[in-house]
Amino acid sequence: MTDGALISFENVTKKFNGTAVLDGLSFDVVKGEILAIAGPSGTGKSVTLKHLVRLLTPTSGRIVFDGVDVASCDSKTLAKVRDRIGYLFQGGALLAWMTVADNVALPLRECTNLSDDEIDARVAKALEDVELSEAAGRYPAEISGGMQKRAGLARAIVRESDVILYDEPTSGLDPVTSVTINNLIRRLNKKLGITSVVVTHDLLGALAIADRILLLKDGRVVECSTPKDFVDSPNRDVREFLAATKGQAI
Amino acid sequence: MWDDAPRSRTQGVVRHIAKFLSSLGWCMHITVEALSDFPSVLCRREGRADLVRQLYTTGIRTLPVVTVVSLFIGMILALQVGLELRRFNQEIYLGAAVMISLMREMGPFACGICFAACVGSAIAAELGTMKVNDEIAALEIMSISPIRFLAAPRIMALVVMAPLVAFYCIVVGAMGGGVVGVTQLGVNFTQYMASAMSIADTKDLYVGLLKATLFGLTVGGVSVAEGLGTTMGAMGVGKSTQRSVIVNFLLILMFGYMVTRAFYD
Repeated sequence: MTDGALISFENVTKKFNGTAVLDGLSFDVVKGEILAIAGPSGTGKSVTLKHLVRLLTPTSGRIVFDGVDVASCDSKTLAKVRDRIGYLFQGGALLAWMTVADNVALPLRECTNLSDDEIDARVAKALEDVELSEAAGRYPAEISGGMQKRAGLARAIVRESDVILYDEPTSGLDPVTSVTINNLIRRLNKKLGITSVVVTHDLLGALAIADRILLLKDGRVVECSTPKDFVDSPNRDVREFLAATKGQAI
Repeated sequence: MWDDAPRSRTQGVVRHIAKFLSSLGWCMHITVEALSDFPSVLCRREGRADLVRQLYTTGIRTLPVVTVVSLFIGMILALQVGLELRRFNQEIYLGAAVMISLMREMGPFACGICFAACVGSAIAAELGTMKVNDEIAALEIMSISPIRFLAAPRIMALVVMAPLVAFYCIVVGAMGGGVVGVTQLGVNFTQYMASAMSIADTKDLYVGLLKATLFGLTVGGVSVAEGLGTTMGAMGVGKSTQRSVIVNFLLILMFGYMVTRAFYD
């Protein structure tokens, strides 16, 4: 385990119907950094993220969050861990019958004793942080995919979480909106000091925002290094992934 | 449930049985936990607002279907029984026969099947879609219990509305029977109603309403469990919805028999 590591995956294996999706996965996330987890589809990127909040439990191995073994802790401890983690799902995962503001306010209304005024103020700030104040009164179906993701992000940061997990934050978005979302992730990291784990296909985006990039293949870590070292890596899988990304970019 | 594939056919069968028992336990767990969360629904402002929304969906929006179903059940009952009674010149008992059938069985049954078809399927589909869209996972990560937040208001609405809707079914069914009695069997409407009211026993009514309440709880528990247990995307939502309707219909018939057996043996 690295010094200063907030999150640590220790030899994690996850099997579905006998097939290993994660195969002895080990890596650390240092407090305050942005770690991008990249890799082809089906390599276990989202599965990795889900293990961190125990939406999935590992077949073997340990996931440690700030000294707590997430996979085996009791439900009260798990709730405390989850309180410190925000999660942005691929589609935003907003509740359809609530307005954007109500969606963002939901965790505060349900899990805190804050007054309505305090909740309103925090919701307004969160929406301002993601540049979505104008859509506060609209329903998820009335806003675009990019706006839904930003609303999901506002909901993730409104609790002032230590860590935010991003599951494909730019998938399905046009390049301009992707850049906006990537900038937002970087800005939130700098402004609020939030540790971020970003699962993405978008290697160009990852190179732009991440402090370190981790490449997964077949449930194993192929490479984990800074963007500069990643680009210069002699590893064959990294070269292939970079070449494919360059091809796409061209 | 298992990360590895079954090693033999026997192990596969054992796992299927274990899965069935597990889903039964899951359904009962959800129902019991939702029942224990009823007070929290009433205590929270958002909970009360959601309950009102669910009461409207469950009670008011199903009324057109419930009305048609119970009207025709009453008419069919009256026609079938009336034709037999006419052979013995006993049409004057038509009201009694229709009323007793409606109160004991057909009223709660009509309510139960309408709830299963209209409300239960919608709950399973809605929660199933939320599950595959990660909305349930999002709630869990926010430490919001999906059972307290989503299941409890829906099940509570079904439990509250079921006896009311069942009573409505009995009334509408009796009216339907009366229409057939008057128009096709030549029974006087006053006579029909007098006969119906003479047989109407409070025990029959209470047992009927108890059955309806049990059906409401069953539809709620099964539909929520199916919805929250959805996997495999859109196809899974379809399967969950279908399964919820089938299981609800079967359980309504089984529980209907069991309650009848318990109170009329």
